[in-house]
Amino acid sequence: MAYSDKVIDHYNNPRNVGQLDKSSSEVGTGLVGAPECGDVMRLQIKVNPETQVIEEAKFKTFGCGSAIASSSLATEWVKGKTIEEAMQITNTDIVKELALPPVKIHCSVLAEDAIRAAIGDWKKKNGVTEGAEVAQAVAAN
Amino acid sequence: MSTTEIGNVSVPAGVNLPLYMDNHATTPLDPRVLEAMMPYFTTVFGNAASRNHSFGWEAEAGVEKAREQVAKLIGATAKEIIFTSGATESNNLAIKGIAEMYKERGNHIITQATEHKAVLDTCKRLEKSGYRVTYLPVKADGLIDIEDLKLAMDDKTILVSIMFANNEIGVIQPVAEIGKLCHERGVLFHTDAVQAVGKIPVDVNAMNIDALSLSGHKIYGPKGVGALYVRRRNPRVQISEQINGGGHERGMRSGTLNVPGIVGLGKACELAGEEMVAETKRLIALRDKLKAKLEGALDYIHVNGSWEHRLPGNLNMSFVYVEGESLLMGINEIAVSSGSACTSATLEPSYVLKALGLGDDVAHSSIRFGLGRFNTEAEVDYVADKLIDVVQKLRELSPLYEMVKEGIDISKIEWQAH
Ligand SMILES: Cc1ncc(COP(=O)(O)O)c(C=O)c1O
Ligand code: FES
Repeated sequence: MAYSDKVIDHYNNPRNVGQLDKSSSEVGTGLVGAPECGDVMRLQIKVNPETQVIEEAKFKTFGCGSAIASSSLATEWVKGKTIEEAMQITNTDIVKELALPPVKIHCSVLAEDAIRAAIGDWKKKNGVTEGAEVAQAVAAN
Repeated sequence: MSTTEIGNVSVPAGVNLPLYMDNHATTPLDPRVLEAMMPYFTTVFGNAASRNHSFGWEAEAGVEKAREQVAKLIGATAKEIIFTSGATESNNLAIKGIAEMYKERGNHIITQATEHKAVLDTCKRLEKSGYRVTYLPVKADGLIDIEDLKLAMDDKTILVSIMFANNEIGVIQPVAEIGKLCHERGVLFHTDAVQAVGKIPVDVNAMNIDALSLSGHKIYGPKGVGALYVRRRNPRVQISEQINGGGHERGMRSGTLNVPGIVGLGKACELAGEEMVAETKRLIALRDKLKAKLEGALDYIHVNGSWEHRLPGNLNMSFVYVEGESLLMGINEIAVSSGSACTSATLEPSYVLKALGLGDDVAHSSIRFGLGRFNTEAEVDYVADKLIDVVQKLRELSPLYEMVKEGIDISKIEWQAH
């Protein structure tokens, strides 16, 4: 399979790899996918409580090159956006930017899910209730 | 496109990229095989079926020599060899041909879960026309349990088709035991020996094999040519032909013979027989070195399938918490393959690895190395170094590896499978 230059670039130089403090009230965590499906993404955002601007974003991804690139790109895109703006990012934007082939569309869907899950988590922590909940992985205990 | 930067291991002298280490998929043609084939493309171009001139006779002589060479490698006689277009055809011919010929006697066929699709899909096809097929499971090591085979046999069983060695995990089935059991029960035994022939000793008589499929391109011969061995004595096995026409190959496989291909297959068999002992020793040393280097540097890796009953050139390993396709992307100038769903058109992980009872997550992380005649020790060193580097980098990116390192039991997480 031939990868686009942008996928290769994100794969070689993934942006914003790492972890934010899950327990902080300013941090929202999205953990989506499943090991059995070959893809797990964790995307975290740190939100300024005053402005609702995403000041930091971090990810780690287990998945194919396109999944890594999609989540790396997602962290770049959400940074500097408000929660509302970040909710507007869709998987088709990611597909377009990375020139993903049809078989890799689900990798971009996962990145969109990860953004929404992280925002959902932040909202829940901060008592913001509007907005759809996104299914994500939960620790059993 | 150049090398990816995620790994930054320098390429040592004597290693040329791209580097081929996928010899279960296919093998390069041995130059000595090419040399043997060349005249049959040009000066000796006759139709081996032309009985009335020297062009035909010379082509036929080339084919008959090849028949001897193929037969010798598996302990058969030349008359028991039918040339085909490859092992897919050989498997089809053996299984459908026997099923049809013996349908008065019974309609039950036994095979097993990790067969090549050329066997599985042939069996599925037969199920649609009234045959009953038992697909035996394999144990965690990839081997079938002989007791399961015994239990599966009934008075309607006409054929057992079990592969000699597996193309993904290199695991070698207890073929001699299977053959013995089949002959005691009066059941015919076919084996897809594509990965075994020329790599490990195969003897159709000692192992009680009634039909055997082999292929040229897995043994440094040409693609598009293979053979089916069909036993002629004790018992005499009959198959009904699947391709009708001019009655070539004693009526069992019509079609003008692929003379250069057949000559190449013969030469490849001859070389494999002559060099098997030395090649086996060399490949085992290379494979063991590769495994030792990887195990010395990385945690959470393991071999898939029996280590003891394995082809010399095969190493199938899972690098847990790293997804196979992303791994292949990091070593993009090294040709190996993965059981990961992300590398397959169907987005399904390897059914062979699943049959071992491995979780899908382990299948997703698997890499198959297929070492062959032309791989060198310098290549093994480079592949190991490169792989270690890329696995380490990808694990820094892996949320699963991080969780496991922090002591979180990821099997206890309720994942949202999609
Ligand atoms: C075990 C096994 N059987 C059958 C085949 C098919 O052989 P061929 O490519 O000659 O049709 C292969 C190779 O892909 C194989 O590995
Ligand atoms: S994560 Fe499997 S195809 Fe992208």
